[in-house]
Amino acid sequence: MYNQTVMTKFLRPENAGALRGANAVGKAGNSSCGDVIKLYLLVDEEGVVEEAKFKTFGCPAAIACSDVACDLVRGLKIDEALDVSSREIFDELGGLEDSRVYCSVLAEDAIKLAVENYYKKKGKED
Amino acid sequence: MSRKIYLDNASTTFVSGEVLSEMLPCFNALYGNSNSLHSYGRDAQAIVDRARDRIAHAINAKKSNEIYFTSGGTEADNWAIKGIAHAYASKGKHIITSSIEHHAVLDSCKALEKEGFEVTYLPVDKYGLVSVADVIHAIRKDTILVSIMAVNNEVGTIQNIKAIAKTAHDYGVIFHTDAVQAVGAFKIDVQDMEIDALSMSAHKIYGPKGIGALYVKDGILIENLLDGGTQERGKRGGTVNVPSVAGLGKAVEIACRDISINQQKLKAIRDYFIKSVNEKIEYVHINGHPQQKINGTVNMTFEMAEGESLLMLLDLDGIAVSTASACMSNAVTPSHVLKAMGLSDELAQSSIRFSFGKNISKNDIDYVVEMLAKNVARLRSISALTKAGRK
Repeated sequence: MYNQTVMTKFLRPENAGALRGANAVGKAGNSSCGDVIKLYLLVDEEGVVEEAKFKTFGCPAAIACSDVACDLVRGLKIDEALDVSSREIFDELGGLEDSRVYCSVLAEDAIKLAVENYYKKKGKED
Repeated sequence: MSRKIYLDNASTTFVSGEVLSEMLPCFNALYGNSNSLHSYGRDAQAIVDRARDRIAHAINAKKSNEIYFTSGGTEADNWAIKGIAHAYASKGKHIITSSIEHHAVLDSCKALEKEGFEVTYLPVDKYGLVSVADVIHAIRKDTILVSIMAVNNEVGTIQNIKAIAKTAHDYGVIFHTDAVQAVGAFKIDVQDMEIDALSMSAHKIYGPKGIGALYVKDGILIENLLDGGTQERGKRGGTVNVPSVAGLGKAVEIACRDISINQQKLKAIRDYFIKSVNEKIEYVHINGHPQQKINGTVNMTFEMAEGESLLMLLDLDGIAVSTASACMSNAVTPSHVLKAMGLSDELAQSSIRFSFGKNISKNDIDYVVEMLAKNVARLRSISALTKAGRK
């Protein structure tokens, strides 16, 4: 069902937990199964994602995808984060069962919603 | 971690020693085709006859030849639904079932819908119980069959089978029940309960996989599902799986003989488990009927902790449990049973089924609850759902 990479990320996610001082949050939910991924970003003044963390209610694949999503966006300019795709997350994990591909899409959604949330908050500040 | 505890007995069980001893000679010493006329065949036929007698006796069927062997519960359900529907199609094309049936029943009904039959899927209450009044209200002039499971496989709720069967008969409608989870859990008496057709399976009661039986009351018409021979009095073609039939017969006999002692033990274990979980873990709900349920199955919701992740973590601690029914574990949709009982997607997805077997001890339960508490806490610590967000 799950390959070794997915299991490792599930059992020892490096980016799990809340992020103190996060200035962007993206929450993506799957309406058909109830999975929820919450992505926290700390974006510095230059617009670079300094830190990324997640909190996820979901299957092992959802947790693994969340963990990978954090790794992929960390260090990127906030605009570049929009380019992180579900395909990249899928590949990074060495593939997912067909029935779990939606988890990578959910993680991509969480990134996009976090970026949106960042601009929304920034717009209010400016 | 070397400790292994199997809590998925509603999915399948090991084959007990007594059953295995019954089966083994049929693989080599008594290997005849039960359909053959010579002594090898007659010896095999004697084994098949004995198994049929044992099952008939266990469920109080009037005659042994009301028992037909099948490849399992799924075939028995398919055959009962489709076979009875086709046999009575000239009388009417309406079938009543419930929304929490096993997919063997639900998908058989779906297949019939494509042929032009109409199916009413009755709702259940929050305990997973079908209302007898709903059955009455759903019955129409063209209703030919009511099929309601005796015990739900996911939550263990026991349906009011006898009342529903009597109701169906008041309107001249045939009654079938999927009793796969009920055999061995309580006494089944097909005559007293007025059951016209009943499906059962061996591998839930310490028998082998791939064998089951369908009871069809004398006089009830049923069309064949499998054509191709004179076996089972021409009703089900295919060389009889003699070793498995012997195993099924023995498994049913033992299960029904030992109901009282097994249930006493399972109830003690179940009550101890629920008490321990409630002491150690917060935000837990028990799904299913509070009283009208079998002792071997407990379905619990651990809020904010997703079921499949919990299952995987428990597995790494040597504990085998299940989320929804096992055949659905590849699907991303939450359990249709829990949804029908009114649980939200999130709660349905946070549910685990524990089904106890013969060999479980209180000491095992202590370990299970300890691991449960640990893993639930772990998942909750990284969960996107929060106590504040609870509905």
